Amino acid sequence: MAGAITNNSKSNSGIYAGSAHVLMLPSWLIIGFFLLIPVLLMLVYSFLTKEFRGGVIWEFSLDAYDQFFFYRGLFGDEPPVFEWTYVGIFWRSIWQAGAATIFCLIIGFPTAWFIAMRRGANKSVWLFLITIPYWVNLLIRTISMKFLIRDNGPLNEWLLWMGAINEPIHMINTNFAVQLGLFYSYLPFMVLPIYASVERYNFALSEAAADLYASHWETLRLIILPAVKPGIIAGCILVFVPSLGAFLAPDLLGGAKTFMIGSLIEEQFKGNAGNWPFGAAASMILLSMVLAMLTYYARQQSKEVS
Amino acid sequence: MKKFLLASTTAIALTLSATGAMAAGNLSIYHWFEYIPQDLLDKFAKEYDVKVTMDTFDSNEAMLAALKAGKLGSYDVSVPGDYMVEIMAKEGMLDTFERSELSNFGNIDPQWIDVGFDRGRKSSIPYQIGTTGFMVNRKAYTGDIGSLAVLFDPPAELKGKINVLDSQGEVLALASMYLNIPQCSTDRDQLKKLNDQLQKSKAAWASFGSDIAKDVLVSGDASAGMIYNGFGAKARAENADLEYAYPKEGYVFWMDNVVLLKDAPNRDNAIKFMNFLLEPENAAAVSNYAQYISGVKGAGKYFIDAVKNAPELNPPAGQKGAFIQACGQDVQKVYDTIWTNLKK
Repeated sequence: MAGAITNNSKSNSGIYAGSAHVLMLPSWLIIGFFLLIPVLLMLVYSFLTKEFRGGVIWEFSLDAYDQFFFYRGLFGDEPPVFEWTYVGIFWRSIWQAGAATIFCLIIGFPTAWFIAMRRGANKSVWLFLITIPYWVNLLIRTISMKFLIRDNGPLNEWLLWMGAINEPIHMINTNFAVQLGLFYSYLPFMVLPIYASVERYNFALSEAAADLYASHWETLRLIILPAVKPGIIAGCILVFVPSLGAFLAPDLLGGAKTFMIGSLIEEQFKGNAGNWPFGAAASMILLSMVLAMLTYYARQQSKEVS
Repeated sequence: MKKFLLASTTAIALTLSATGAMAAGNLSIYHWFEYIPQDLLDKFAKEYDVKVTMDTFDSNEAMLAALKAGKLGSYDVSVPGDYMVEIMAKEGMLDTFERSELSNFGNIDPQWIDVGFDRGRKSSIPYQIGTTGFMVNRKAYTGDIGSLAVLFDPPAELKGKINVLDSQGEVLALASMYLNIPQCSTDRDQLKKLNDQLQKSKAAWASFGSDIAKDVLVSGDASAGMIYNGFGAKARAENADLEYAYPKEGYVFWMDNVVLLKDAPNRDNAIKFMNFLLEPENAAAVSNYAQYISGVKGAGKYFIDAVKNAPELNPPAGQKGAFIQACGQDVQKVYDTIWTNLKK
């Protein structure tokens, strides 16, 4: 059990021996109540029969998963072929989240590095500046971004005034706008973990590498990156996972012309169809994907440690 | 001492209001967002000594889902649109009342008593009446806007500059009118035609969005867009270039209604509230706030000028609107596939 591990690893934790289980109780209760029960409920619902206009009938059915993977024509009576629609929606969301992660990494890594290089109080000021925009609600920030980049918004007007462009650049309702929204929403989740890793990095190692005739590129690739890798991976997960389910940015900045995973699932519960089992099934498939990814990461980590 | 006094009086006041609420009762409303002025709720609370609480929703379907998920029995009244009244009645979610219970029943405009979704008004009273059509920025396009082609086969000036309501019911109903297909048609060729038309139209659309419908038109992000008429009147007040269209193929006509919910915890107060809303002055207060017309006789004379004279609220003679119909399960399934195809 979890308690036993703490006991074996350190002898001075003996005073907690008996109370370990008791101390773990709140965590287990919270995980059980807020995580396991809702997920189990969703799992059960995904295997039930849908009731027209919301709700479920308590009969076992694979219809929800069938709908996800097989298309039977507009009227549901053609021979089944593989359904690309929902896989396509998932793929688009994954692609979008992946691109947002890469952009966040490209900008986030140098930013984190820069902050970690500052001295003393300066460091805190920079960290503080990074977090300031996040005191404001995500919805409001996303809408502000929309105001900023619209055809006759301040950004275009400024560029026109500067003479940099002759007519407004069309940004709103494009993939670029969605990427910008995701990037802006989740950048600190990339910066902060990387900063924490870089902070702990021993710069004597870089000097040693230089003494041994390593080029800057080799130092970065062979010494620095492996050392700060945990921070980078944590940052990537923290950006990728929420981007995957995001629907504010695609809806408000992308024009909601295409479903994202988040809006597809929402539609099943709040749309005309009210297809709860299908919404639950789509959620389970998404959850399985994220879990598989995190498990893979955890395995990699434990391999490296051992 | 002063602090203590203050604290104890507050405590007493709280107890009093709590017991007061016990005595005169509560009223729990489930309503659309931004659809009733706070003043009017306060007026009711004061007049009848009732504590009023209100939760809000943003679509008929979201309300239905919440009630189905276990909220039925915690609210007294709700405000579904026409077709949703019928759906809720079929689901057994509505209670009925006798005409004699509402002393103001006679104030209902007679043409809104025997409506298809609640024959003879057994569970509902009219709230607000409006239309869903579209607006065009006349600076961007000066041609004829009297046809739904502006939305579904738009002229070059408007291509890529159109916002469409993110609402399956309204988009499919307007597209059906454009193609002259009856709503909820089970005819396969017609349904295929509907699917093909929407696929084609989508290429010319910039965005889907309901709550943004006014903002994108006012700001110029969109040069044309589907919109509710009252929302459109507010848009025109902010941007005079906008004009609301009454397309010749028809437009969506809708009516929101106050319904008495089944298992209402405060049925008596719910009846009082419905009766209160049938007073012409109170009905007009809602119209002046939401900018839609009322189904109550005599409310018109309390309308402010902005409502009275709005072109959006006064369709030209001879133009016809149609209610959205609630389709059966088989057609709804096809509609869902069409909608998913549209947004995939």
